[in-house]
Formats: sequence, C-alpha cells, structure tokens
Amino acid sequence: MTSNSVEQSPLDVKEIVKKATELNDFSHLLAHVPYAKFIGMEVSRFGDELVFQLPSKDDNIGNPTLPALHGGVIAGFMEMSAIVQLMVFMQTTKVPKVVDFSIDYLRAGHHRDSFAECKITRQGRRVANVNINCWQTNRKKLIATARAHFLID
Amino acid sequence: MPDNAEFFPLTQLATRFVGQLTHCRRLGLQVLEASEHHVLIELPYDEALIGYPDTGVIHGGVITTLMDTASGSAVVCSIFDKYKSLELSPTLDLRVDYMKPAQPHKPVYGFAECYKLSSSVAFTRAIAYQESIDDPIAHAVGSFMRISPELIGKEFQQALMGAEHDQ
Repeated sequence: MTSNSVEQSPLDVKEIVKKATELNDFSHLLAHVPYAKFIGMEVSRFGDELVFQLPSKDDNIGNPTLPALHGGVIAGFMEMSAIVQLMVFMQTTKVPKVVDFSIDYLRAGHHRDSFAECKITRQGRRVANVNINCWQTNRKKLIATARAHFLID
Repeated sequence: MPDNAEFFPLTQLATRFVGQLTHCRRLGLQVLEASEHHVLIELPYDEALIGYPDTGVIHGGVITTLMDTASGSAVVCSIFDKYKSLELSPTLDLRVDYMKPAQPHKPVYGFAECYKLSSSVAFTRAIAYQESIDDPIAHAVGSFMRISPELIGKEFQQALMGAEHDQ
C-alpha cells in the first residue's frame, strides 16, 4: 500500500525471454512479476515443455479448516502460467493482456504442491487462445481446467 | 465510497466469512456491505500484487480472487437469509471478462450478487470497478455447488456466527 518503491520502467520482454532461454532458467521471467512471488510460483523446463509449480504455502489457503487452496489463487497461478507460456513460445514484445478467463473447478485443491501446463490452442495476429490444466498428485486427476484469451502485439 | 453497514445486516457475517479465508486476509480484502442481495468488497492496492511491472497494474489473478471471494460471500449471505443456515459452497466455475486494466495505487471494489439459488446450485454475477460501477474493470459470472450444512464443520460455523451467538 506504500508507493514509489517499485521502479516502473518499460519491460523488455524479448530480452528477458532471450536471456532466460540462454540460461535455461525461466524463473528469471517470474522474478520480474511481484504477483508471481506473492503466491510463490515457479517454473521448470523439460525439453520443449514448461511445467509451472505452485509449492504449498500457508498464505494461499482459503478455508483453513479443510484446508483448501483459495480458488482465486489457483486461477491466478494458471493465468500467470499462460502469460509466461505465451511470452516464451510466441516471443511477444510485451506482457500479454488477459481479455477473458474461464475456469472450471473439478476437485478441491488441497494444501499441497500444484502444477500447471498450458497449450496454446490458437494464435491469431492480435488474440491468442490458451488452455491451462492444473493438477496436484496425479496429472490425470485435474483439480481445475481453464481457457483464456490474451491480447498480444 | 458508500459504507452503510447499518443498513446491510449481513455485513458482519460476510466480514467474518472473508476474515476466515487466509489468502483474503493476506490481500487485505475488506467487506464494506452485505445483504441478502449483494456483497461489496474492497481490495486495497499493494505493489506485491503487480502483474504488469512496466505499468504497475495488478495481476488479473487478484481480480479473479476478488470476484471469487465476493461471489462466494454473496452465496453464503443469500443462503443464510433464505434458510437461516450456513453452507460452504465451492466454486464450480467462474468466467471473468476484463474490460480495462485497474489503475495503480487505487483500491478495486468487487460487487457481487447471487441472482438465483436453486436446490443444488447457486448462480452469481459480479462487477469489479474503481471510480464507478458503470465503468467496470471486469465482469464475472459464476456457479457454486451447494453442499449440506453439516459439512461445514463446527469450528468454521462458530467462527462465522461470531461471539454474539455463543452460548
């Protein structure tokens, strides 16, 4: 709630993606986004695939008596995953802007590590459609699935 | 902002509900109003929530969380008003349309209503805005599964009812 401590300089997305690809360290990309740090998400590369991780963290809990992850955190994690996927594979010059985001919750998200993978279903000149799946212990047992549109440039 | 808690008798219930959710406390979500028809929640600006570092605009995920929380609270209030019972309704699905970015350094308000309560599903709509509800940042529609009041758990139920209902 304080202001002026974060420098708001133009972000050279292409350069950051290039550097991350060279170093093969995509956590570099997330380091620029405060919200990614806030929820504690991480990313790993396996060959041509990116897998996003959300390690279990007390601050991400919604209902503490179950305990279950807050649905909004799962959505934010999946949305951020899609943004990184687009920046890396579509080499956008800016951070893609979300136009709409539609999530279906399939199972309760427990207080444990979560994972996400994205598929760019279609990329037009201005808009990209991305599918995102999220799971915890078993990749076949999704806890949520989402699709989103992003404005790219 | 209008803050007419005395006209909206469910404000305390919604405040206790949102206060129980760890992540919402972390975001600093504050219930301004709640009635059987609606819930209004304030999300303060925080640099930790930035999703677009070059502009300082908060991440869409935070807006989604605000929408999910406001809609879920509206369902709790609506059920409480109609059945005098407490139910915890997990989100089935939520769709958020983003009309424009939230201006940095200003709070975002989330206004949600539960417009239909059927026997097994609750339907909601919500709007996120800053200056005026007629100039929205985002619009959301959601559906929530209704589960039996027995499944809510004693501890959580007591936390929602607050001190004045303790025996």
